[in-house]
Amino acid sequence: MNDDSVFKALADSTRRLLLDRLYERDGRSLTELESDLEMTRFGVMKHLRVLEEAGLVVTRRSGREKLHYLNPVPIRLIHDRWIDKYTERRVSALADLKHKLEETA
Amino acid sequence: MSTMIQTNVQVYAVFIKASPEQIWEAITKPEFTSRYFYGSLVDSTFEAGTPYRSWSPDREKLWVDGEVLDSDPPRRLSYTWRALYDEETAAEEPSRVSWEIEPQEGGVSKLTVVHDQLERAPKTAENVAGGWMYILSGMKTLLETGEALSS
Repeated sequence: MNDDSVFKALADSTRRLLLDRLYERDGRSLTELESDLEMTRFGVMKHLRVLEEAGLVVTRRSGREKLHYLNPVPIRLIHDRWIDKYTERRVSALADLKHKLEETA
Repeated sequence: MSTMIQTNVQVYAVFIKASPEQIWEAITKPEFTSRYFYGSLVDSTFEAGTPYRSWSPDREKLWVDGEVLDSDPPRRLSYTWRALYDEETAAEEPSRVSWEIEPQEGGVSKLTVVHDQLERAPKTAENVAGGWMYILSGMKTLLETGEALSS
């Protein structure tokens, strides 16, 4: 689980859709997840494996079923590492711009 | 944005560059929990059947009350969880928290937290959903860099 595998896993609309599905309702089986996707079971499995390898999805056995859970921790780590750092500057740059525009107005 | 529907099982996992023993210490020693678990001080002998408690930073308020169900250092720990820091969650039935630590290659361990038996604790389920993510990310930062998260 490193930043590269997380960014790669997120760089695909089907995989993001799968995460959104799990966000709506967590702990789903493959059968449930494939039911609203126009894709083969094998295709969905492949995407889920990429998500699992990136740590974005964690699976647990429940009886005979394998259930998929959304694991938001890697996204939080990316947030701490990347988003915080850059948005902080962006916000202050916008504040500066607003200040400048208001001065000249 | 759609609303998240809380389920009765929540699973969180993180890979930490630390040994299972170091992670076990971080879970069971108050000098560690105070640095990544909202400042709380854990208080337990971590033997099955004994109380699991977590205190506010000033030791004035009991934040979490529970009982150790299963303890296998440094690999597995499970206890019941009743959050007393909020009136609504305090009124609910206890749920269950389980930590699993699995050593991986390269000095890395996989840490998984399962918070389940939330059927009769919907407010708790809502309350802890963002919390575990913050706690695990904070523990990773602490163990890998020796620093607590700033916010």
